[in-house]
Amino acid sequence: MDFTEEQLQRYSRHIILPEVGGKGQKKISSAKVFIVGAGGLGCPVGFYLTAAGVGDIALIDNDNVELSNLQRQIAHSTKTLGMNKAESAKKTFETLNPDVNISVIKERINSKNIIDLIKDYDIVVDGSDNFPTRYLVNDACVMLKKPLVSGAILRFEGQVTTILPGEGPCYRCLFEVPPPPGLVPSCQEAGVLGVLPGVVGTLQATEVLKLILGKGKPLCGQLLIYDALGVNFRRVKIPKNSDCAICGKNPTIKELTDSTEEYCAL
Amino acid sequence: MAVKVKIPVPLQRLTQGKDEVEGESGTVIELINALDRKYPGLGERISDGGKIRRFVNVYVNEEDIRFLKSENTEVKDGDEVSIVPAIAGGCFL
Repeated sequence: MDFTEEQLQRYSRHIILPEVGGKGQKKISSAKVFIVGAGGLGCPVGFYLTAAGVGDIALIDNDNVELSNLQRQIAHSTKTLGMNKAESAKKTFETLNPDVNISVIKERINSKNIIDLIKDYDIVVDGSDNFPTRYLVNDACVMLKKPLVSGAILRFEGQVTTILPGEGPCYRCLFEVPPPPGLVPSCQEAGVLGVLPGVVGTLQATEVLKLILGKGKPLCGQLLIYDALGVNFRRVKIPKNSDCAICGKNPTIKELTDSTEEYCAL
Repeated sequence: MAVKVKIPVPLQRLTQGKDEVEGESGTVIELINALDRKYPGLGERISDGGKIRRFVNVYVNEEDIRFLKSENTEVKDGDEVSIVPAIAGGCFL
C-alpha cells in the first residue's frame, strides 16, 4: 500500500523519525489492535493509536456514557451521554482520523466470546475496570500467545506492564489471584484523579507502538508503578513463575471460565 | 539509616497519608508486624497468619520476595521495600 499525499503529510512527523520512517508507518497502518474497555484507559489509548494511524482498532464496552465519566474519559462528551461507550469513542476517533477502521463491540467480554473476538488482532490492550475481566483477558492472551499491554489505575496510582506470552511473565505470574470480594469495598468511593488514566493510557499506547514497530525495549517482565502525588515512576521485576496456573510448567487452567463472583462490579 | 517502606495509595490512610514509612531491619514479616504496631491495621491488609496475601506483592529493591525467601527474606538498613497490591481501575484493597 502506498501513502497518499494527504497521509504523507498526516504522518510526516512519524515518517521523519529514523526509527519509524515510511516502513514503520506502513507497519502501523497495517496493525490491528484490540482495546478492552472504552473508559478511562481505553479513551487515551484509542485516541493516540487512531492519531498514529493504526489500521484496525476494535473497541469493546457494554456500558453507556454517563456524566461522571467525562472527568477522565476524554473520547466521550456531553453530546454522547447515554450512548454506548465504544460507539461514542468511535465517533470521536473517526473525526480525528478517517484512515482508521474502527470496530465497535457493544458486549461484555466473556469466556465464550473472547477468543473469537481477539484472535485476528495483533495486540490486545487491557483497560478494564475489574479483576474477572483482567484475568480473563490475560488467560486468553496467554492461550493465543497474543501480546497484551496491561494498565490499571486507582486514585493517584497506576500500573503498566507488557505481557509477551512465551517470552515473559503474565499477569498471573505477577498477581497469582485477584483480591477476594470481602477485601474489596465499594468501587465508586475509591475515586481516581481524572488525568491519571491519561498518563497510564498513553504509556500503554507507547508500548503498543513500540511493539508494532519492533523498536525499543518492551516493558516486559517489569511492572511500572506511577505515583502521581509523589511524582514517582518505579519499576519492579516480574519473574516468570514456573508454578503459574496459566503459563507455568504444569498449568491448571486449561480452559477459560467466567468468574462467578463479582470481585468489583462497578 | 532505616529500611524505607513504600506504601501504596490504598493503604496510605492507615499511615496518616504517608507514602513512605521507615521500618527496621530483619525479615519481611518482622518488618510488617512491627509496622502494624505503629500503624494498626496495616499488617492484616498485607498479610494473613504470617503469610503475605496472594494479591499483594512485596519487593525488596525491585526483587519480588516470592522468588527470594518469601516472608523470611532479610531486609537491611538502606533497603527499599515496596508493597504493591493488584489494582483494577476503581477497586481498592
